[in-house]
Amino acid sequence: MSEAVKIAIVGAGPAGVRAAQTLAREGLKPVLLDEAMKSGGQIYRQPPDGAERPGAEIYGLEAKKAAAIHAIVPALAADIDYRPRTLTWNIVAADGRFKLDLMRDDAVSTMTADRVILATGAVDRALPFPGWTLPGVFTLGAAQIALKSQGVAIGRRVALIGAGPLLPLIVTQYMAAGVDPVVALDVTPFAAKIAAWRGLINQPATAAKGALYLLKGRFGGVKTQSGVRAIRALGDSRVAGLAYTTADGCEHTIECDGIGASFGLRSESQLADLAGGRFEFDQVSGQWQPVRDISGRSSVSGLYLAGDGAAIGGADAAELAGERAALSLLADQGGTVHEMRIRKLDRALARQARFRRALEAAYPFPSHMLDDLADDTIVCRCEGVTAGTIRKTIAERGPTEVNRLKAFTRSGMGRCQGRMCAHVGAELLARANGGDLVAAGRQRAQAPVKPLPLPAALNVEDPT
Amino acid sequence: MSATVNCDVAIIGGGTAGCAAAVHLKRAGMTVMLIERDRCGAAASGVNFGGVRQQGRNPLELPLARRSRAIWSGLNEFLGEDTEFTATGHMKLARSDADMAELEAYAAIAREHGLELQMIGRNAIRAQYPWFGEKVIGASLAAMDGQANPRVVAPAYARLARRLGVDVREQTTVTAARRTERGFEIEAGALKVASKQLINSAGMGAAKIAALFGDMVPLTAMMPNMIVTEPLPHILVQSTGVCGGDVYARQIPRGNVIFGGGRGFGDWEQWRSRPSTPVTLGAMPKLVDLVPAFRDALVIRSWSGIDGETPDKLPVIGHSPTTPGLFHGFGFSGAGFQLGPAVGEVLAELVINGETPTPIQAFRADRFGAPASLDVSR
Repeated sequence: MSEAVKIAIVGAGPAGVRAAQTLAREGLKPVLLDEAMKSGGQIYRQPPDGAERPGAEIYGLEAKKAAAIHAIVPALAADIDYRPRTLTWNIVAADGRFKLDLMRDDAVSTMTADRVILATGAVDRALPFPGWTLPGVFTLGAAQIALKSQGVAIGRRVALIGAGPLLPLIVTQYMAAGVDPVVALDVTPFAAKIAAWRGLINQPATAAKGALYLLKGRFGGVKTQSGVRAIRALGDSRVAGLAYTTADGCEHTIECDGIGASFGLRSESQLADLAGGRFEFDQVSGQWQPVRDISGRSSVSGLYLAGDGAAIGGADAAELAGERAALSLLADQGGTVHEMRIRKLDRALARQARFRRALEAAYPFPSHMLDDLADDTIVCRCEGVTAGTIRKTIAERGPTEVNRLKAFTRSGMGRCQGRMCAHVGAELLARANGGDLVAAGRQRAQAPVKPLPLPAALNVEDPT
Repeated sequence: MSATVNCDVAIIGGGTAGCAAAVHLKRAGMTVMLIERDRCGAAASGVNFGGVRQQGRNPLELPLARRSRAIWSGLNEFLGEDTEFTATGHMKLARSDADMAELEAYAAIAREHGLELQMIGRNAIRAQYPWFGEKVIGASLAAMDGQANPRVVAPAYARLARRLGVDVREQTTVTAARRTERGFEIEAGALKVASKQLINSAGMGAAKIAALFGDMVPLTAMMPNMIVTEPLPHILVQSTGVCGGDVYARQIPRGNVIFGGGRGFGDWEQWRSRPSTPVTLGAMPKLVDLVPAFRDALVIRSWSGIDGETPDKLPVIGHSPTTPGLFHGFGFSGAGFQLGPAVGEVLAELVINGETPTPIQAFRADRFGAPASLDVSR
């Protein structure tokens, strides 16, 4: 079944919700498509019905912002067409419009939209280490989701590892929930952080404060360690401990039953790719990003990108970008041009971008940890492809970019479609080919962006 | 001005056929230049279903397919790489009495070509192949057919060609080609090649190359719609198709089920193709009909690719009817993966000896009687 709409927004996080609010104010009634049961995105993820808890307990210092975002969708009930639990699994640009393939409650449908705002958010930028596939190892994002959604921790004795402002944030959240991590390890090299410190000082954002906490050695009552060079998850059938090597070369071992580890974030940009958006390599973050300007306009007419799904900028920037993209869309279709507001947003977005660049410089993706990655460590979890297989294939079969590497090794070919490992494959390629990440390329997106159950094809939803 | 590179044979198109021809010509002592627009095996040779199938082919193709099947048995050793070829057998399923009659008639023809097909009746299919759904009432089994990993075969040929000394130029697009007094001149951007003979194995791009020499072949772009599931318990032993051809499936040892049926869409001149959502959604229940145990599987990816299709779905292989020294090998119409190794040998034989023991008369480029003005691009 197919329905035609004027405007579709994909994602109901801070960017998507603000975009929807902005368009609703103009009486445009956009469709807001979201995979989750409730609005808020990952950063302000809400507990399911029956598991509600006070916002301060879930979101800590960000509780007010979370509450503000959460209030918007219910308040707009009559002014937007909100579709929770709806996965957008494919998008095709054709004849100046967009065809979106949707799935809700295991039933598929198709929607045609004149204009689309993609606010698809981010996912952890995973980095393999020995033992990372053991049960009990989570990304920090997953550790946060468990906490926000269900109010559960990933273990009783939890070790948290990171390379970015997410680490102090989640340490705070775990402490607020009554689970003091046994250790918090920052794998960012000192040099990068000190060099970029200047850019972070005097930044008003909460994240900047958090980013500086970990230099102190203790964070609240939690033991912290900066400049960690290597980590290993220990255990046979599940996590039993963590071994980590400090800057002085000493290896330490602690007992734990849960490990949360992340090394930054990466944009969920598959839909931008499938819609035909052009991509560029961003040297600061070391990632490919769909091209979009400060106004949110992409390289495809009628397609707008906002929030972390376009480039990692955090929740505050996402709110601004969502509104900004909506104002661009409005202007492009001949609606009101809110010049004053646009100027104000552009200034705020520019400020956010400066801060983000400083933060990215302070917390570069710790790809140096891949230099010594043992050959028997799995890189692609879905297909079980090891670092050794990838290195051997590069040496013997000579792929120079990730799609060819995928074809030869199946790395990135599995259930997650490279969301967890394609960037690691690119890093290993670059190491073998003179360090050029641009030449290593990016894995092309293919539908469905998330798995589609066979029965869904039999359940074709009538949209009316 | 860049210098012209001289060689005995230039090959346009680095699919399996072109790469295999390069290997055999080089082994025969010739100097060879292979020019590939993308990466070797990136188009139809690399993204197809992966069936190594003789059963069901047009009988005119069977001698070539029989020859290729013999090569497949020793291909890993020949290439020095694992192509994941396994002779799992190929099942063609009947869902009606008319289907069964069709299978029986085909089996008689196949036998004349030395291809033994085993007929499986209603009771036997339930007893021996219990994974098939209720609509299946019988089948014919080609025990020696099988499957392989298409992503690795043409690249393996290309690497062997390189090791032997073939000049392989990837990501190089031919912009002009013409017949000269001494042979051929080919331009690909800054690259200029002078060859005594020329092989055109450029897949969907081959009709345009052929047209440069006055060989008009009405080729259309076909973009098969391919889908793969997550790994599932391994139950589908044989590569499997049906009478009517609306769905086909195989399960690799890791457990993923690769299936297809119908066409994707795209713009072949941009070399872009994509799977079609209605076709994908149509194929999913057909897979469940075929093997009900897969009913709750998750589809993790879909894709398409671009091959050239002829009106009679037979390839174009052989001497150019217009241009001495030019040889064609294209138009496999979505069924070239199994044939590739033999087509490479045949093309090499034509270049070296002017003839091949394999019957290819049915594959002449001028069989379509196409007018010279024919638009070959659509």
